[in-house]
Amino acid sequence: MSQSGVAHAVYGIIRRDILIVFRRRADAMTTAFFFVIVTSLFPLGIGPEPAVLRSIAPGVLWVAALLSCLLSLNRLFTSDYQDGALEQLVLVPQPLTVLVMAKVAAHWLLSGLPLVVLSPLLGMQYGLSGESVGILMFSLLLGTPTLSLIGAIGAALTLGVRGSSVLVALLALPLFIPVLIFGAGAVSNQMAGIGAEANLSLLGACLLLALVLAPWATSAALRLAVE
Amino acid sequence: MLELVNLSCQRGERRLFSNLSVAINPGKLVAIAGENGSGKTSLLRMLCGFLPPEQGTILWQGKNITEWREMYAAQLTYVGHLNGLKEDLTPVENLQFSATIAGEHLPDGAAREGLEAVGLRAQVHGLPTRVLSQGQKRRVTLARVWLSTRPLWILDEPFAALDERATRLLTQRFQAHVNTGGMVVVATHQEVAIAPHSVQHMRLVG
Repeated sequence: MSQSGVAHAVYGIIRRDILIVFRRRADAMTTAFFFVIVTSLFPLGIGPEPAVLRSIAPGVLWVAALLSCLLSLNRLFTSDYQDGALEQLVLVPQPLTVLVMAKVAAHWLLSGLPLVVLSPLLGMQYGLSGESVGILMFSLLLGTPTLSLIGAIGAALTLGVRGSSVLVALLALPLFIPVLIFGAGAVSNQMAGIGAEANLSLLGACLLLALVLAPWATSAALRLAVE
Repeated sequence: MLELVNLSCQRGERRLFSNLSVAINPGKLVAIAGENGSGKTSLLRMLCGFLPPEQGTILWQGKNITEWREMYAAQLTYVGHLNGLKEDLTPVENLQFSATIAGEHLPDGAAREGLEAVGLRAQVHGLPTRVLSQGQKRRVTLARVWLSTRPLWILDEPFAALDERATRLLTQRFQAHVNTGGMVVVATHQEVAIAPHSVQHMRLVG
C-alpha cells in the first residue's frame, strides 16, 4: 500500500500543478517569454559583432535562465500557502520530502524544461556552433533542476513573510552561483577547445547534492510555515 | 482514542491554556467553545500536529503523534479556516486530488455524490472553484469530510459561511460518523444538534 501510495501522491501533485498552470496560460508562458526576451535584448544592445556575441553567449544565456527560474519561484508554494492546500499537503500520510520533490519536479517541468528546449534556438542566434549548442542544452538540463531544488528552499523559507519575492532573490541567488559558473563554464570551455567534461561533472555533482539536501531543508521550512 | 495529556500552549507572550488533559473516545463528538482568541484554533492545530505542544503530549491509540506522524495522518481528516481548494480546478477535481494524494481512488461519480450530499447542484460541479460563492466553496471542502472514511475528524468552524440547510445536513453526517465509532473534534460557536449522549462539551477560557 505504502509504495503505491507514494507513487499516487507524487503523480497527483505533478498532474495538478501542471493542470493549474495550463488553465492559466499566461502564467505558463511568463518564464519562457522572459528568457527569450532577455537573451534577445543583448545582441540589440551590444551590436552584431559575431565574435563578441559568441564569447558572451554562455554567460548571457545562463544568467537569463537563472533569472527566469527566480521569476517563477514565487509560484511554487505561495498559492498553496494562501489557500490552505499546504496544510493539507503536510497532513498527507506520506513523507513530506517526497511530496516536496513532486512539487519541485512539476515546477521544473513548467519552468526549467522549456528553457532547455528553447536554448538551441537562442544559441544559434548568438552564432554558437552545433556542438556548443549541444553542450549548452546538456548543461541547462543538468543545471536547471538544481536551480528549482535550491530555489524551493528559499521559496519555503520566505512563506508568509512580507516582501518575500525580494528575500527569495537574496537567499537563492548566492546559492545559484556555483551552478552559473559551472554551467556557463562548460559551454565556454568547449568553445575554447578544453572540453566540457569537468564542468558538466561538477554540475552533475551539484544536482546530486541538491537532490539529497534540498527536499529535506524545504520540508523542514514548510513545517515551520504551517505552524 | 485520542488523549491530550497536560497540554499547554503559549503564543508569543500570552498563555492560552495549560495542563489540559482530555480523553476523546470513539463515538464522541467534542465541541470546543470559547471566546475569540481563547486558543481554539491553536488547540486544533496542535491536535493535527502542525503546532508542536510546548508542554505535554498528544497520544493516538497510545502513541505520540509527533513520533508517529504518518501513521496518525492516515487516520485524520482536517478542515481549517482555509478551504484548501485550488481556484482553477473544478470541485470534482479538487475532491479527486485530495483523494489521490491520500493514496485513495475517488471515481467521478462518487465525487459528484459527495457534492450532491452537501447540497451542491450538478451545474456547479464542472465550474472552476473560483466562480463559486464563499458558502459553496465551504461546501466543497465539507464534501471532502462527507466522503472521508477516516476515524478522526478535526474541524475548525465548519459551519462558517454555511446556510441552515447545509448545517443540518452536516450535523446529520456527524451523527452518522459518531454512531459508527468515529470521533469528531469541532471548534464552533454554534450548538451542534446531535444526540446529547454523544456530545462532550469543552470550554476554553482565555
